[in-house]
Amino acid sequence: MKMVMRIDCKGLYYRKQNKIIRNAAEEGETEFILDNANGQRYIGSGIEKKIKITVNGVPGNDLAMFMNGPTIIVNTNAQDGVANTMNAGEVIVHGSAGDVIGYGMRGGKLYVKGNVGYRAGIHAKEYKKQVPIIIAGGVAGDFCGEYMAGKILVLLGLNRGEGVPIAGNYLGTGMHGGVIYIRGEVDEYTLGKEVSVLPPDAKDMKVLTKHLKEYCEHFGLDLDEIMSEPFVKLQPVSSRPYGSLYAY
Amino acid sequence: MTSELPPEFIVKIDYNMCRQCKRCVMNCSFGCMHFTDRVVPEHKLCVACQRCVTFCPEHAITITKNELAYKENTNWSPETRQNILKQAETGGILLTGMGNPRDYPILWDHLLVDACQVTNPSIDPLREPMELRTFLGRKPDRLEFVESEDGEIDLATELEPQVRLDVPIVFGAMSYGAVSLSVHRSLAMAAARSGTLMNTGEGGLHRELYPYSGNIIVQVASGRFGVHSEYLNTSAMVEIKIGQGAKPGIGGHLPGEKVDEDISKTRMIPVGSDAISPAPHHDIYSIEDLSQLIYAIKEATDYEKPVSVKISAVHNVAAIASGIVRAGADVVTIDGFRGGTGAAPMVIRDNVGIPIELALAAVDERLRNEGIRNNASIICAGGIRNSGDMAKAIALGADAVVIGTAALVALGCRICQKCYTGNCAWGIATQRPELVRRLDPQVGAERLTNLLTAWSLELKEILGSLGVNSIESLRGSRERLRGIGLDPRTLELLGVKPAGVGQ
Repeated sequence: MKMVMRIDCKGLYYRKQNKIIRNAAEEGETEFILDNANGQRYIGSGIEKKIKITVNGVPGNDLAMFMNGPTIIVNTNAQDGVANTMNAGEVIVHGSAGDVIGYGMRGGKLYVKGNVGYRAGIHAKEYKKQVPIIIAGGVAGDFCGEYMAGKILVLLGLNRGEGVPIAGNYLGTGMHGGVIYIRGEVDEYTLGKEVSVLPPDAKDMKVLTKHLKEYCEHFGLDLDEIMSEPFVKLQPVSSRPYGSLYAY
Repeated sequence: MTSELPPEFIVKIDYNMCRQCKRCVMNCSFGCMHFTDRVVPEHKLCVACQRCVTFCPEHAITITKNELAYKENTNWSPETRQNILKQAETGGILLTGMGNPRDYPILWDHLLVDACQVTNPSIDPLREPMELRTFLGRKPDRLEFVESEDGEIDLATELEPQVRLDVPIVFGAMSYGAVSLSVHRSLAMAAARSGTLMNTGEGGLHRELYPYSGNIIVQVASGRFGVHSEYLNTSAMVEIKIGQGAKPGIGGHLPGEKVDEDISKTRMIPVGSDAISPAPHHDIYSIEDLSQLIYAIKEATDYEKPVSVKISAVHNVAAIASGIVRAGADVVTIDGFRGGTGAAPMVIRDNVGIPIELALAAVDERLRNEGIRNNASIICAGGIRNSGDMAKAIALGADAVVIGTAALVALGCRICQKCYTGNCAWGIATQRPELVRRLDPQVGAERLTNLLTAWSLELKEILGSLGVNSIESLRGSRERLRGIGLDPRTLELLGVKPAGVGQ
């Protein structure tokens, strides 16, 4: 049986820690547990192998940046820049995540149990079969899905307080690809002018159910309960929002 | 709305000379030339790209400015009036390409280089070796050595990654999508032959060019098109693009029509979708955030590649550059406002930014004063037209210079400034297959290599006349420059004495 590599991150500089992971992965190690993580940046950054990293403690910014394959499980909260420009792999955060998560993300999955900060999922894009997916169980800050060029972004708004909006202002501003599903309603005034709100069709519900089933399995949530509330779908009005901006 | 714009150019065909071979009709990519019983030009469509003029075997075509299109008026130039008409017809932002054509002072032309006479003899580069080699990257503050048991002296200081250039000229960032694959191929081959670098721009790197990785700067811009760990590692250096000289503070749009199958694959976006690069990187709102991205790239490349940060030359460029160096950049690329090859809104191109000469002098001075000049190399971009400009830039403190426009001109560009239309008749700024084919990468690479060889020979002549045999001896040596026709304040900013003043 293959041993799991346990690393005590207490007082360990990120550069050294990531080097240990990279080198061990290169030598064939497939599973890592990082204990006492305390703000170490770039965990999983640029790794191409299908390794699994479990983080106990709070990882630092740019977790899984440029990542291409690994699975990362964070047992607490994550900070800013999770899955920045990520190409493939999975990140599962059992708490909340900070700002600018999934920026320029092009593939893989990012599941957050709690809330996500400002500018979540901006400029994410898809290419053929590579469709990134972000699901957040709580609420999102302003500029969620801004400039989105492709991706599935789902906000569930679970466990939110009375009167707390599910997403902040400028939702989907400049969006020209992909789709955002929101469980519940969104106020028209919070939307960017490049998006339209539609009821999801049967095909949408099929996609949603598939991803949410997996999401619920990770966090021990009840799929039926989540699906019992209606969803709305946000999609771009045009794939070329700025096509007529110029005088030729 | 029907356009009331008069034609900008008049195409004259000498029908006595024309032998009706129709080459002009075939060559015109703007649809200006028609053949009925003879060649009939549609003047309004002419952009003066000179393709027909070049390929007419009888030299029967001349293109002239439509002088009488607008009545003379000093206040209201023909261009001003034409622009107002265009905007009245469309309600859009005026778009243009290929840099700032306005009559701003070119300070290179007000700087003169020294030469040796009698007391310190000049060197003949024809028979003495001249060192043009340049290393880009962070240099250590001090060097430490160890002596081994057998008396050998070894370097103990661990050096940061360095990129070797055989000539101090790198090709400017021009993305695949904005330019054709033929241009990228030409640049990559020429860079490999000349021992220098080409720059992908922000549109990713076509797989076919992966073998040239040792001669490629891969760019990471706000759109993150085609950026993944393999891309970052297929390079000699990685560049974070914050700004471009032609459009400081402005993002970019590659229109969906240009995103064909191949570009889609390289940029990793769907065919036909607009490629939008936001003005800022949305994960960089501060110097600390920039540092975070620099080190994210270093982590993803295992600290094996220098990271460059490219900015436009703007008012506060020296302080910004200082921040960039302190954030961990190994190279700072400064792009002046006369430069630029891509599409830019005219109002930005013509009014925003500062000349590269002043920006370069300010940055070099600031980094020296702060004692961090060795921490980063400086690359000077934006309006380098010849080897004289290059020598002066190096004397003002640049480690290397960038050529974008000059490289495209070598490939056939006639600076008609219609890059954004996608109809480039020279196969440069187009994706139309029948036009892309017009630029043969083998020929292109040869022309670019010739240009670099020529400039290198000229630079050696300059070094020889200065009595030095290495580019390192010219670098930052402002004492070897004198200013002419410049006011005292500008001379002070450039750190050069006026011509006529000795040591």
